[in-house]
Amino acid sequence: MSQDIDQERRQFVSVAGLAAAATVVAPGAFLLDGSAEAGSRREPAVDKVRYGMFIDTTKCADGCTECVTACEKENGIDLLRMPEGADPEEWDRQRPRWMRTVKVKDRLTGRVSNLPMMCQHCEHPPCVDVCPTGASFRRADGIVMVDRHICIGCRYCMMACPYKARSFIHENVDQQLSIAPRGKGCVESCNFCVHRRDNGENTTACQDACSHGAIVFGDLNDSNSEVSKVLREKDNTQLRADLKLNTSVRYCGI
Amino acid sequence: MLTGALVLVLGANAAEHSNRSVVKGSKAYELDSCVEPTSVMRKLHPTFIKHQRDITVHHGIRGDKHSLSGCVDCHATKDAQGRYTPVNAPGQFCESCHEYAGVEIPCFTCHATTPTGRKGE
Ligand code: SF4
Ligand code: SF4
Repeated sequence: MSQDIDQERRQFVSVAGLAAAATVVAPGAFLLDGSAEAGSRREPAVDKVRYGMFIDTTKCADGCTECVTACEKENGIDLLRMPEGADPEEWDRQRPRWMRTVKVKDRLTGRVSNLPMMCQHCEHPPCVDVCPTGASFRRADGIVMVDRHICIGCRYCMMACPYKARSFIHENVDQQLSIAPRGKGCVESCNFCVHRRDNGENTTACQDACSHGAIVFGDLNDSNSEVSKVLREKDNTQLRADLKLNTSVRYCGI
Repeated sequence: MLTGALVLVLGANAAEHSNRSVVKGSKAYELDSCVEPTSVMRKLHPTFIKHQRDITVHHGIRGDKHSLSGCVDCHATKDAQGRYTPVNAPGQFCESCHEYAGVEIPCFTCHATTPTGRKGE
């Protein structure tokens, strides 16, 4: 039942999206251009592609934070400073984190796994379902992101996400990268390095940084992509598969 | 009515000093006009940027010419030490005209004000 409602809403949203695109394209003169950057996307992202990731936790080293550091540098999170007079503990708890390392232990057997956690880019994302404004959305190619121009900072999506993947920006920000705008009052999370997707690059920052080769990123719909091959070959699972969100990030060895 | 008057005043000014706000040392200073004729940009730049913002965020199109990062890239200047000055700093391109017109620029609460975004680079 709720599934039906969701589908209707999605359809409505995509029709609205098309209408918006049409108004943009209508005055054709606006699109004539000689100054575009080479390699940048000129056509809308399409659902032929579905981006996803495979993470091999058996390769993931205890205490290693290479992926997290690279993510924070890539997306300008390292530019954030603790506001003057803030409580360091609170800052540490609340500062944005797109990616975090998690250690899980099977209490019965004592087996420990280390894994990086980030937005799982759910096919049926609860963060999108609860968003009252349409700011939280799933792009055609499966990337779940926030349109900060529309986000009102209600943080419903943070509560709805089962993976604690989203962060809220509590204070004014004085330095941002042009590829990662950021300001007080909006929610954000991993976007699979969406600027790299749109500029014709094939990797994510975390994947490039991992010297253990634990992360493989690519197009799940392309059966010849590295990620599809490894997902076919190796045993893997979704985190909280019981929630039936059909996540785009899959883990091996947990 | 008021807005009409404002545009007229700006227009008259612009005819005499067509590059009044464009800062020496920026890439823009060397160019004859922006990505559209100056008169069009003066009136419609918010509309252009807003359209571009929606197609970029929702459809991933980054190759078009009306991007805010394009504005920053072209209008940024460097100081004597070779560091970028933010485009919304006093006297810089975005700020000087917006200050004159009394219009806030909310873009830069979230968007980078220099091409690199990193201070001192
Ligand atoms: S992991 Fe959380 S933030 Fe990411 S799509 Fe799923 S519900 Fe949304
Ligand atoms: S915080 Fe923003 S993205 Fe999240 S639910 Fe509220 S409006 Fe939507």
